[in-house]
Amino acid sequence: MSSIHIKLKDKDCQTIKEICESFNNDPGELINILHKAQEHFGYLPAEVQETIAQNLNISVAKVYGVVTFYSFFSMTPKGKHPISVCTGTACYVRGAEKVLEELKKELKISVGETTPDGKFSLSCLRCVGACGLAPVVMIGDKTYGRVAPEDVKKIIEEYNS
Amino acid sequence: MSLINIKINGKELQVEEGTTILQAAKKVGIEIPTLCYMNLHDLNIEHNPGGCRICVVEVEGRRNLAPSCVTKVWEGMSVKTHTMRVLNARRTVMELILSDHPFECLTCAKNGNCDLQKLAQDLGVREIHYQGEQSTYKEDKSPAIIRDMDKCIMCRRCETMCNDVQTCGVLSGINRGFTAVVAPAFEQDLIKSPCTFCGQCVAVCPTGALTERDYTNRVIRALADPTKTVIVQTAPAVRVALGEEFGLPAGTIVTGKMVAALRRLGFDKVYDTDFAADLTIMEEGTEFLDRLSRYLNGDKNVKLPILTSCCPGWVNFFEYNFPDMRDIPSTAKSPQQMFGAIAKTYLAEKLGVKRENLVVVSVMPCLAKKYEAEREEFRVDGNPDVDFSISTRELAHLIKQTIGDIKDLPDEDFDKLMGESTGAGVIFGNTGGVIEAACRTAYEIYTGKTLEKVEFHQLRGFESVRSAVVDFDGLKLNIGIAHGLGNARKLLECIRNGECEFHAIEIMACPGGCIGGGGQPLHHGNTEILKARAAAIYKEDEGKALRKSHENPEIIKLYEEFLGKPSSEKAHHLLHTKYFDKKKRIYIEK
Amino acid sequence: MSTVKMHLLVCGGTGCVSSYSPQVAESLIKELEAHGLQDECKVVKTGCFGFCEQGPIVKVIPDNTFYTKVAPEDAKEIIEEHIIKGRKVDRLLYTDPKKQEHVPDSKHMEFYKKQIRIALRNCGFIDPENIEEAIARDAYSALGKCLTELTPQEVIDIIKKSGLRGRGGGGFPTGIKWEIAAKNASDQKYVVCNADEGDPGAFMDRSVLEGDPHSVLEAMAICGYCIGANKGLIYIRAEYPLAIKRLKIAIKQAMEYGVLGDDIFGTGFSFHIELRYGAGAFVCGEETALIHSMEGQRGEPTVKPPFPAEAGYLGKPTNVNNVETFANVPPIILKGAEWFSSIGTERSKGTKVFALAGKINNVGLIEVPMGITLREVIFEIGGGIKNGKKFKAVQTGGPSGGCLTETHLDTPIDFDNLLAAGSMMGSGGMIVMDEDDCMVSIAKFFLEFTVEESCGKCSPCRIGNKRLYEILDKITQGKGTMEDLELLRNLSEVIKDTSLCGLGQSSPNPVLSTLTNFWDEYVEHVTEKKCRAGQCTALKKYIIDEEACVGCTACARACPVNAISGERKMPHNINQDICIKCGACYEKCKFNAIFIK
Repeated sequence: MSSIHIKLKDKDCQTIKEICESFNNDPGELINILHKAQEHFGYLPAEVQETIAQNLNISVAKVYGVVTFYSFFSMTPKGKHPISVCTGTACYVRGAEKVLEELKKELKISVGETTPDGKFSLSCLRCVGACGLAPVVMIGDKTYGRVAPEDVKKIIEEYNS
Repeated sequence: MSLINIKINGKELQVEEGTTILQAAKKVGIEIPTLCYMNLHDLNIEHNPGGCRICVVEVEGRRNLAPSCVTKVWEGMSVKTHTMRVLNARRTVMELILSDHPFECLTCAKNGNCDLQKLAQDLGVREIHYQGEQSTYKEDKSPAIIRDMDKCIMCRRCETMCNDVQTCGVLSGINRGFTAVVAPAFEQDLIKSPCTFCGQCVAVCPTGALTERDYTNRVIRALADPTKTVIVQTAPAVRVALGEEFGLPAGTIVTGKMVAALRRLGFDKVYDTDFAADLTIMEEGTEFLDRLSRYLNGDKNVKLPILTSCCPGWVNFFEYNFPDMRDIPSTAKSPQQMFGAIAKTYLAEKLGVKRENLVVVSVMPCLAKKYEAEREEFRVDGNPDVDFSISTRELAHLIKQTIGDIKDLPDEDFDKLMGESTGAGVIFGNTGGVIEAACRTAYEIYTGKTLEKVEFHQLRGFESVRSAVVDFDGLKLNIGIAHGLGNARKLLECIRNGECEFHAIEIMACPGGCIGGGGQPLHHGNTEILKARAAAIYKEDEGKALRKSHENPEIIKLYEEFLGKPSSEKAHHLLHTKYFDKKKRIYIEK
Repeated sequence: MSTVKMHLLVCGGTGCVSSYSPQVAESLIKELEAHGLQDECKVVKTGCFGFCEQGPIVKVIPDNTFYTKVAPEDAKEIIEEHIIKGRKVDRLLYTDPKKQEHVPDSKHMEFYKKQIRIALRNCGFIDPENIEEAIARDAYSALGKCLTELTPQEVIDIIKKSGLRGRGGGGFPTGIKWEIAAKNASDQKYVVCNADEGDPGAFMDRSVLEGDPHSVLEAMAICGYCIGANKGLIYIRAEYPLAIKRLKIAIKQAMEYGVLGDDIFGTGFSFHIELRYGAGAFVCGEETALIHSMEGQRGEPTVKPPFPAEAGYLGKPTNVNNVETFANVPPIILKGAEWFSSIGTERSKGTKVFALAGKINNVGLIEVPMGITLREVIFEIGGGIKNGKKFKAVQTGGPSGGCLTETHLDTPIDFDNLLAAGSMMGSGGMIVMDEDDCMVSIAKFFLEFTVEESCGKCSPCRIGNKRLYEILDKITQGKGTMEDLELLRNLSEVIKDTSLCGLGQSSPNPVLSTLTNFWDEYVEHVTEKKCRAGQCTALKKYIIDEEACVGCTACARACPVNAISGERKMPHNINQDICIKCGACYEKCKFNAIFIK
């Protein structure tokens, strides 16, 4: 294991500074700040957390503790087309698990991972509230309802052409 | 405060409003077992997250069991502390905790001294019905502290010490659910975090999750090597605490027996860090008087207050958190390192041993000393001034493995050349002791008069931040004292904002000073032990014929024969150091 | 305005939006314009109609025609046939599953017949992005009444008298909660709306916020007036982008109209509302965890007391209510406590919104009076079980609730009855299961959820739930013992008895209720290694029917582990010790000679 020194570009540091300032550098706003930062960077790499900690004058351990507590925050970049499978109860009883298995097989990744080409990432979420369409898969902002395991291949192909 | 009537196990009693069930039960002699709860009342540290759920009790009218450590009593409350429902719950919870804890008791550093082990026995757990996956984490071995989080039970005491008491902000709860654990940011090793290695987390850890890095094997190897001359130095706070490991009451002074034991372990010479403490006073005191007289002469550039620098946890703390103020602390090395530097030059020559064949071992109440001994700047051509630093606990282990006990050993004296010390060196172990020792010497040098009454009672005590005025024959000196790094932070911010004016400040990283160090026998939350140690230190001082550092004949001889005078060029080279800005150290491990 | 004769209400809830309702609305507008009817007929994008199963929904006002599963291509026909010629488009009407007849309008649909809409009164009727439509339906008049005619204590008394209990799970009387917060003196107090709906399978809070955000804003201001707070915070899941968008619009419009902000209605009372985002932690539905999360901390609950009403957000007295609770407040103020308490049962007043889902014909969001039976909900409103299967269980209360059986079907639903039956009202998820659902697997599903969502602070929840899950998993793998069933029960009870917060105190409910109600199924898994629902893969046995097998060898060639042996043209045999139950043989066999036992 080697230690490397990753530096954020000045521009990125400035962005983080502005985000923090927009919340008055208030540590109480940490979660809102992390949301904004993740919106901007796509994920929350260690350097971003370090910089947020410095701006808010709190320990980076605390920031990391918060980031790892909430499933919405991610320290790995998501794929170009993030795929989320709803595993709420309604989707579960209507076969979401089988759809998830099929997606894993098709993409050859597990939940929380991104394909090596950076195209797809796979995650689970709890109830998008489209229980009438169960089981539901979301790719980016697009919702696919009543997905059967057989449909998975075709859906993925939409994004592969 | 109004009184409240309650009933515990049918016994009626009156307690003050705001009392917890746990405290109330204690009043009538009912012990409720606890695990995560910790109350260091003399230090104003109370940790009661209500997380372990071992201390649960039945409260009449309440649907579920109540955690007694955080549940306050109310008028007419009726509590049952040991019903079958409670016992079953406690035992089941204990089984759960053990089901996620490695069965390594036999090789665990905490074996026999582990809160979890003791509690499992007390609760009569003989079988673990709930087996399953155990959490595993990578082991983190720093030069001072080993984190083996497989053994963590999430009591979060370390987090309280690190964040609330010491304000180091190294540790935080991370993840959630079954994978939740306490760790530094990004789960990096402590050595890459702003950890000061004060060891307070280790001092309160109820299991073997946080332990000191054990160097006794390396010491044994050195002692077994016929080509090496192995010498040892022992810090002031060790002698008032070591006895506890052998069943003696806290505060028993075992200096002579400790020396005898070390000799029997095979150390070629047994010396005293108190000697080096006297030496520190000579250097630090001189530096202080120099800055003071320049200040009094109107020098605007002089940095006052001077801050003590003999505590390595504190040095780490300001290098990480206040690097902009790093020119304020004294440049004098700590006693451990002064001892090492003199031992590997002056003493080696006297003993006729080459530097590389002389092994210097230190016995310290402290874990940060291990890290300090490994600092680059304390080496000559790669050879460290202090080879190994072991804690009071490690020494006790070593003695138990070899001699067995110290109680029957005769009292022996330290060896000559670096074994003589004054009462001033002894009190280094207590909060306020270093500055008192410095005052004893500085007073006489500054005023040219003899100090009749050597005790400065205004500098003593347990209060976290103290200030006192010392009269140097008409010159009123403002002295500040802080123990615990959170208190140090307050004082430093005060100085930075120009809100308080001190001439000199003593800072010790650990609550109580070195007697409460991270390497001392575990107090298991009983702060009476710390008070007893502190009292013993002052008693040892009183018993000394010499009580001012500059009167130490071996110190006088050292300057005459080797160093010249305090703050000489040679003294500067060997006994002073410099500090670094470590704030912007951001490592990302890939 | 006066020229408008008809309205086309297009559902804009998340469910319908996912099935392209915005495009439907667009096409409808285009068609109206093409026929020059834009002034006579207006298209309104509303909140959720509740009938999500059949979305996208288009409702025609005033004749209440209820079109289901409308596609953008259908717009032309709707406009040309219905709007111009006055002939309903028959093929788009809802078909009653029992009678197999088209239902001409919503008033005749079983789905709506037994519903009483209080919290959802405006959902599906107004454009939630237009405050004027809300005001036209009395929004903010309850606030006006409170501020100008009633003292805070009078308002609290009305809420107390109405019998309204918290809709977020616990069912604590709302009026008493407000009263406690009102009595704790402080320079600053807060009103918090808990919109961190995390129960997998419940989405009523989101629907209210999407369909009628002003009802919540208004109720928060009323609460602020009662307890003496001038600041409100809505803690909302970041996964609800549409609700967030509509709330932001609603707050902005309310400020512009002066119904929120400083000196409301010139009464000197000021109330401001801000949004705080959750970040995906179910435990943050617990009020102390929620408050810590709003403070920028890990969402770990703390021991109560102190309750938020004494020391909550930033240490100040804080009143936390959930979305649905707030949505009930304005109608109570306007129509009176007696009106509200006339609905419901002895100790549970008013209505409750349920998210009906699972193996049921009419998946959707319903609001029914307390005291209605499960049978009415499932078989009348819900239209019965999908595909004519047999009803097996209904899970209420989400991960904190339990599974109820046929014997509970005629129990009136209210807080106390559900609790007595071993379940919970919870936030109102209601998942229906049929004979194909394995109850051990269902318990395992919920425990998997709890294990993932436990904060990890207290040991029984952190480790105990994990162990519960592991034992359940062992049973579904066919490796369970009768002793395991004993352990499950003891462990469940200890977790309930010792956990720090509501999450752990209720997480074993799915286990305990299935142990009680489906004991035989557990025993079958353990002693006979059998899963009657056929859901536990490890317990499946693929067996070749020697009579039917022609010995074509297709199955043997498909088997990835060579578990199938047999001579060509002779019946084959599956070695159960080697079989990994992948089902490849089953799929390959053309002669239906392989069956699953």
